[in-house]
This record gives sequence, structure tokens and C-alpha cells, in this order.
Amino acid sequence: MNSTKPKLAVHKFSSCDGCQLALLNLGESLLELPKYVDITHFAEAGPNNPNAKVDVALVEGSISTPDDIERIRQVRENSAYLISLGACATAGGLQALANLADRDAWMAAVYARPDTIETLSSSTSISEHVKVDLELHGCPVNSQQVIAALADLLAGVNPVSERQPLCMECKRNGVVCTMVTKGEPCMGPVTRAGCGALCPSLGRACYSCYGPAETVNDGALAQRLQSLGLTPEAVARRFLFITSGASPFRDAGLRLRPPPLETDE
Amino acid sequence: MASKREIHINVPVLTRVEGEGALEFDVVQGVIQKLNLRIFEPPRLFEKFVEGYEYDQVIDMVARICGICPVAYQMSAVQAFERLFGIDPGPWVRDMRRVMYCGEWLQSHALHVHLLAAPDFFGFESAIAMAEKHPEAVRRGLRLQGLGNDLITLFGGRSVHPVGVRVGGFYKAPAEEAVADMVKQLEEALPQAEALVRWCAELDFPHDEQAFTSVALSEPGEYAIGSGRLVSGQGLDIDISHFESHFEEFQVPHSTALHTQLEGRPYLTGPLARLNLNFRQLPSPVRAVMEDCGIHFPSHNMFHSILARAIEIHLVIYEALQLLQAYERPGVSAVQVRPQAGTAFGCTEAPRGFLWHRYDVDERGDIRRARIVPPTSQNQARIEQDLCASLESFGLDHDDDALRQRAEQVIRNYDPCISCATHFLKLKVSRR
Repeated sequence: MNSTKPKLAVHKFSSCDGCQLALLNLGESLLELPKYVDITHFAEAGPNNPNAKVDVALVEGSISTPDDIERIRQVRENSAYLISLGACATAGGLQALANLADRDAWMAAVYARPDTIETLSSSTSISEHVKVDLELHGCPVNSQQVIAALADLLAGVNPVSERQPLCMECKRNGVVCTMVTKGEPCMGPVTRAGCGALCPSLGRACYSCYGPAETVNDGALAQRLQSLGLTPEAVARRFLFITSGASPFRDAGLRLRPPPLETDE
Repeated sequence: MASKREIHINVPVLTRVEGEGALEFDVVQGVIQKLNLRIFEPPRLFEKFVEGYEYDQVIDMVARICGICPVAYQMSAVQAFERLFGIDPGPWVRDMRRVMYCGEWLQSHALHVHLLAAPDFFGFESAIAMAEKHPEAVRRGLRLQGLGNDLITLFGGRSVHPVGVRVGGFYKAPAEEAVADMVKQLEEALPQAEALVRWCAELDFPHDEQAFTSVALSEPGEYAIGSGRLVSGQGLDIDISHFESHFEEFQVPHSTALHTQLEGRPYLTGPLARLNLNFRQLPSPVRAVMEDCGIHFPSHNMFHSILARAIEIHLVIYEALQLLQAYERPGVSAVQVRPQAGTAFGCTEAPRGFLWHRYDVDERGDIRRARIVPPTSQNQARIEQDLCASLESFGLDHDDDALRQRAEQVIRNYDPCISCATHFLKLKVSRR
């Protein structure tokens, strides 16, 4: 037992498991990780001590059941530094779309006996329930973001999260603007950078999987998107997408959206 | 004879599966009376989110059902829309999607074989612990997994929730240099995949033959991945649009994932089912290694699933190499799309089994209603059936810890993805 190494835990809430893959997809570097940290809890990889005291907790997923609320409080109590990972943990995830709809009706449409399933009426971010020390954005976060944050902490430096819009990243990477050159309905001007400008570099519009940037001029973008031929409803769908639980996007989307989405008939 | 002691086991979390679940069963007089694989991953209601969204947005939404197999979700959806809209994106798109799909099988299978399943066979808690004694095996696994991720990234920009696939084709065709570099890596990986098959063939498999029905997609000219008819070992042979007349989904009180049955009975989907039905379509070099190791399919021993995954790893590296060797970058990477109203059906082989989608679409291409049937929910009933038989033949008089380990290993044979099925394991045994 080497007790001098910091202890790391990875916790999962409601999610697709994709952000944990930032670690599991490290390839051979994954085997280097135990040299620097003791992985005390990471159920998908094997170690299972959910209640151990740790120095750093990585939290994936959104809060959507009464049990989740208890569990995240426990995680907070046991962790010196808590990092929430990805769109689910920082904004409630794609599943936060249910917060805007009649969740009971949705449950009834999918399950014959919705009463046997315990859920909250909303899917919310970790920071709505406990203090979070660092949020890493993205759907999913990439390995670079997670390792950079851990490396900073190991070095005794405060990690920082990206704040600029994606447009800055496109310019830095020399990626041709899809909106200016092809009239694509790009969400880059309001979206947080950090992905590597993936979509624009494939010639497609950003669909905002990294959520809102620090400052969002949604009115100007909505106007521009409509001048490209999108209906207000189609613009709303772009704000109410991966991170509809993030308030700048939720508010922008709801302003543009006509009455609630029809569900047929 | 079985003991009459009263025992209560509670294992709070099943590790090394993707998601959250639990197992409980009652043993009365040495016989399993009731066994529930409980899945309590909170429901995310994806089928409802997609309502009102555009067909191309759906490709990116359904990927979020699963971080391990997002390509499968994208491919089933894209196939559904293209079938409905009457689009044939041509041989280049078809081949390159198969290559991208090979990448997903490779990363998912390599992750499962090395990080999730192999520690059971060698008695380790995790692959990281196993790596100290078997460093080369674990490193090989991680390299293969990394190569799978790189293959997805080549077409999709990243391996989790890739962004390259669109209805009609791809957003962009990869550059020739990038493909040439990938070909080199695949060539280097081919002998590693062969070595992996030989390594898996040497594992100590429990003898546990059970009768079950295999169901998989099947294509005449190839080992089915991205298309085909649904066939079973019992004579089922249908177009994917007829799924609902043969398969029934229903809710059970102990799971947030719906169960599925074929003609009222549990069935198996996934790598072992595919090999059982389609092994004749494996390319000859892949079959040659298999035969050289004395491996024969069909098999009704679920512990052979790890072997099936190793063989499929060999297959996908071989296939990707074949399809990329003569790569030429096309002028356009996607054909024009004109949406049409109607009902869209899509079905492809995800790493864990077939993944069926249905979308009701309006004339603008917006989704009115959706239904998605993932492989893990299909396998739930079969897992429960398997556990009953398997634990009884293992011997219920084993102590609780041995029973729990055996149960977990049986469940891992299915590589359940509970995020997909909604996702993991607590064990509760009560014996009277």
C-alpha cells in the first residue's frame, strides 16, 4: 500500500458511460495512471469502494432519482475535490429535455407500469445539488481535458476550464468557417470551445455538444440562423439539444419555441 | 444435498459491466425459486426526446444512448432513414461505414475481452491488477482497443459520439494519407489479433451447455454487420420491418429495461449468436486460425462468448484492412437527400447484438414517434434463464462468495450494457 498517492474515485449517475471512457480509452497510458493515483472506486473498471474518502472524485451523469440525491451528497462529503464531467453532470444531459415536457406522459408512453419506477420529475446537473470544484464540459469530455485537470491537481495548480466560444478554436486551428462559406447553421459563436473544432473541420455545423460559452449572444445568432432559412422552431431545436438544461440555452430555446412540442394527434 | 441454512447475500454493485444493476435470487431446498436480474439505471426516455427533431439531429441524439456503442445507434438510424427516403449512397459509403463499424466492434470487444471479462478467468479484481502478472496480454488488449477508437476517429473525428455520419453518406471523406497510415497500423495488428484468438482458445472454459435460440442479422455475401435479414437457429427469416410481429417487448417489475421475447421465449443476440448463425461467412484466413485452434461453432456454451469476441476482433481487423487497402478519396462523400413521410426501419449488429429502430417520420423529415430495441434488453430474459441453469449446475452449495463470482461471470458473458438497456449488479441471495 502506497498511502502517499492521491486517491481517485470515478462515480456514475444517469449517463451513457461515454465520459468515463476518457479514462478507459487512454490505451496503454491507462496502465500508467496507478503510478500517480490510487484508483479506489471505478466500478466499470473493477475497483468498487463507493464510500471511500478520496482526494479527487470524477463524477459522470445527471441526478434523476431520489437515491441519486443521497448518493451525490455522500460523494461530496467523501471527496476533497469534485470534478463533474460532461453534459449530463454539468447541465443534466440530453435527458434534461424531459424537464421541458410532461414527464409523466412520457413515462406512460414507454412503460406499461410507470408507477413501479422511481424517478424525479427532472434531470439536473451535479452543481444544482452539491458544491462542484471544477466543471469539464463536453458530450463527451475528451481524455485531454480530464488528464490535464488531474495533472494540474497533482502539480498543485488550480485547473481551469475553457470559456471561449468555438469560433476562437476554429480560428486558431485554421478551420474554414462553415457559416460564412457554406451558410451552415453553426452554433459555434455561442458554444464553448475545447472539442478541437471537430464538426467545422469536417465541414459541418457545430451542434453545441460542449454547451454554452461564457457569454452567449443568442439573439444575434438566432437572427442570423433565421436569415439562413431556419424557422424559429428549427432554431429552438438547436438550443434545446444536448445541453437544454444550461440556462442560457434553455431560455433562448424557450423564447423561440412556439407552444410545447406536439407529440402526435 | 443442499444445505438448509438460511443465507442472505447482498453485493451492492456488479463491477466490470457497463451500467448499474443487481441480482437477487431465492434458494429453497437447494433449488432456485425466483431469480431477478434487476436493472435500475434510471430511464432516460430517449424514444420521446427525438419526437419533433430533424432526421439528421436524431443521428447525434441516439448516439448518446451509449458511450460504448454510439456508432451502432448512428448506423441503425441512418439505415432507417435511407431506406425510407429511397436513398442508395453507393458502394463507397457502404464500404466505409462497414470499416467504421469494424472500429466500434474492435474497441468494444477489446475493452470487454481484456478489461471486463479476462480478469474472471485469471482470478483478478480488475485488468489493472491483472496487468502486473500478465502485462503483455493487457497491453495488447489496450492497443487493439486504441486502434478501434482510431478507426472510428478516422471517419468521425472522435470515438465517443463521433460526428462524421449523415443521412446520405459522410460529412467528409478521410484524406488518403490518413488512410494509408491506418492501413499500416491494421497490418501490424493482424498478427496480434491472431495471437489473441490463440490466447483465448487456451482459456479454461467451464463446461456449461444449454439449449437456447440464437438470433442475428444475416447477409448472403458477407458476415453481417450493417444490414441483413433477421434469422434464428429455429428457422426465423424475416425482413427487419416485420420485427414487431415476431418479437414482443414488455415491462417486468424488477427492471427499468424492457424485456423482449421471440414468439414468447427468451433468445440470445450478440457475438456468440452471430458466430453460431454466420460462421460459414467468416473470411478463410479467419476460419483457418479458428480451425487450427480446434474451435468449432455452433456452440451452446455461453462461456465461449469471449472466444467469439476474439474471433470477431480478428474478423474486423481483416475486413477493415481489405476495404481500406484500395482506398481512393471520392469527389463527394454524400448523396442528396429528399425526406419522405412514412415509417422507417433500421437494424444493424451492435457489438452486443442486433439493434432495431423504428421511426414514424413526417414529410419534412421530422420524427413523430420512435421505438428503439437495444441488445441488452433483448438478452435480459436469456440471462435470467442462463443464471438459473448455470448456478444450479455449478452447485448451489458453494459459498456465497463463489456463487456471486460465478453469477457475475455468467452475466459478463453477455457483456451487458445497461446504459443501453436503460445499466449493473447487486446480488441478493436468500436461501431457505
